[in-house]
Amino acid sequence: MKTQNQRAWFFVLPVLILVAFNALVPLMTVVNYSVQETFGDNLFFWHGLGWFEDVLRSERFHAALGRQILFTATILIIEVPLGVAIALTMPRKGFWVPVCLVLMSLPLLIPWNVVGAMWNIFTLPDIGLLGYFLNTVLGIDYNMTQSPVAAWVTVIVMDVWHWTSLVVLLAYAGLISIPEAYYQAAKIDAASNWAIFRYIQLPKMKRVLTIAILLRFMDSFNIYTEPFVLTGGGPGNSTTFLSIDLVKVALGQFDLGPAAAMSLIYFAFTLLVSWLFYTIMTKDEQ
Amino acid sequence: MARITLDGLRHSYMPEPQGEEDYALKRMDLEWKDGGAYALLGPSGCGKSTLLNIISGLLHPSEGRVLFNDRDVTEEPPDRRNIAQVFQFPVIYDTMTVYDNLAFPLRNRGVPAIQVDARVTEIAEMLEMGDRLRTRAAGLGPDDKQKISMGRGLVRDDVNVIMFDEPLTVIDPAQKWKLRSKLKELHQKIAVTMIYVTHDQTEALTFADQVVVMQEGQVVQIGTPVDLFECPRHTFVGHFIGSPGMNILPCAVEGQRVAFQGVTVPTAGVPDVPSGAAAEIGVRPEFVSLSTEGGIPAIVRKAADIGRHTVVEAMAGDVPVSAVLDGTAPEAGSEVRLRFDPTHTRVYADGWLATRETGA
Repeated sequence: MKTQNQRAWFFVLPVLILVAFNALVPLMTVVNYSVQETFGDNLFFWHGLGWFEDVLRSERFHAALGRQILFTATILIIEVPLGVAIALTMPRKGFWVPVCLVLMSLPLLIPWNVVGAMWNIFTLPDIGLLGYFLNTVLGIDYNMTQSPVAAWVTVIVMDVWHWTSLVVLLAYAGLISIPEAYYQAAKIDAASNWAIFRYIQLPKMKRVLTIAILLRFMDSFNIYTEPFVLTGGGPGNSTTFLSIDLVKVALGQFDLGPAAAMSLIYFAFTLLVSWLFYTIMTKDEQ
Repeated sequence: MARITLDGLRHSYMPEPQGEEDYALKRMDLEWKDGGAYALLGPSGCGKSTLLNIISGLLHPSEGRVLFNDRDVTEEPPDRRNIAQVFQFPVIYDTMTVYDNLAFPLRNRGVPAIQVDARVTEIAEMLEMGDRLRTRAAGLGPDDKQKISMGRGLVRDDVNVIMFDEPLTVIDPAQKWKLRSKLKELHQKIAVTMIYVTHDQTEALTFADQVVVMQEGQVVQIGTPVDLFECPRHTFVGHFIGSPGMNILPCAVEGQRVAFQGVTVPTAGVPDVPSGAAAEIGVRPEFVSLSTEGGIPAIVRKAADIGRHTVVEAMAGDVPVSAVLDGTAPEAGSEVRLRFDPTHTRVYADGWLATRETGA
């Protein structure tokens, strides 16, 4: 028998109030906008689920969502294996551990708009180090303001540069928590390096990798600042991801209703994928 | 199966050891018989795990050689030595079933599936885990996990030696006893050399035919449990084994006469104490008795009833002496006279046994 103690609610209250003001109330205003139409002057009319239908049928939304999924899938496919690989090669003890850790953390410490600006300048064909090198020295025609392929490559490389460290640090934390006895037992059992990775390291990293993938999914799916500063969504609409498109609708065109409906769909999608992923990954732990 | 010889072995964790104290393992020559059940007993930090890891090949000794059946394996990695080791904390492969865990060392060595199956089934029966082969190993209790890690050593029928590094640390007391008898039973069945590292004397004495007692990187005595009890070669052994441990009493030796608190004490054999060495009498509490006349005068400080026996602590002058007695104990504060059984009373010089046996 568990003792009932209603006093617990009292301790939850401050959090509830905080969450209400920074999440619930703003979210509810968005919900409010999403079911109404306005022609200015602060006059609103009931519009039902019309905006949701419009957004779900809009080709523009489909295109942005498609680009978003492609972007997130690409960076996950690159960053997770790369991060694990780097973590595996990092030293476990000694002088180089703090050096590696600091080097790895550096990209994570840079503000997002600075990252965008850095890569923008870095890749300029006339004065940027990388852009100049590719165009003039190697003779590759590279200009991300004109070529969608170049823009995509740049955005992905930038994200990999910025965020792989997060996967590295989490995977490394998982790796160093494995007791030495596991490696010794594996040696005695004549396990190959692959078997050690497959049956010891990977299972022991599963929890942290779940978190890493979840964080990288959510962050990359909501990415805004870096591509906005780097490409502004261009050339054309080629790097206009969901959040960039959303801002265009909401603040550029000031279509509050469609923007609200879009952000709710966006939010629901992110939540659904995260929930599914987490449930599947932790299914056999019960 | 193999006879294991340690030849001039010495180990230091420092790259350039200066003096003797830099060595975690002092120089030793030892031979472990094929099929023997050995226990390595000593307090924490005495070097027993170091020795174990050198035999298994996880550690390369600074000096000396390790031989399995006269074959020098010093330079060989653990997987080539064909040994098995059970660690303090159970090591199992979480994502695998019990079956796959047991099959793992065989599959890694390319054993055909039919043989793997036969062997795994056999070992699982022996460990009484035959009905759980398909369960995932991660969900099992620590005692079953420890049985699996033991099983991974047993499946290889050509294994040279199985080593246990304090395998019962995380097992609860009731299971400890069961697992220990299981181990003993397994040893009788398959007669493979087993080395069992522990700091628990009960574990060591019940498991092993031969107990190797270590202290500060040094082997102080190798012998059967009875040897260690009846004739400790070093005061450390006397003190470490037995409960309460052996009485170590400062004494005076003049020629062949040994005196404690001014009273002459007859000893087994002839004392042979080099001049300048600190001489002590060693006598187990089990061989101390009370008498009314003669012997050493003492005052009882306390008496504790431990069931079948009574442990009496008496002060002979300012030296405490313990005695294990049958029957009723004298009251605290009463004056008694202590008698030591001469055949079990020995003299130690600087810790080492210093009586020459006569007659025998």
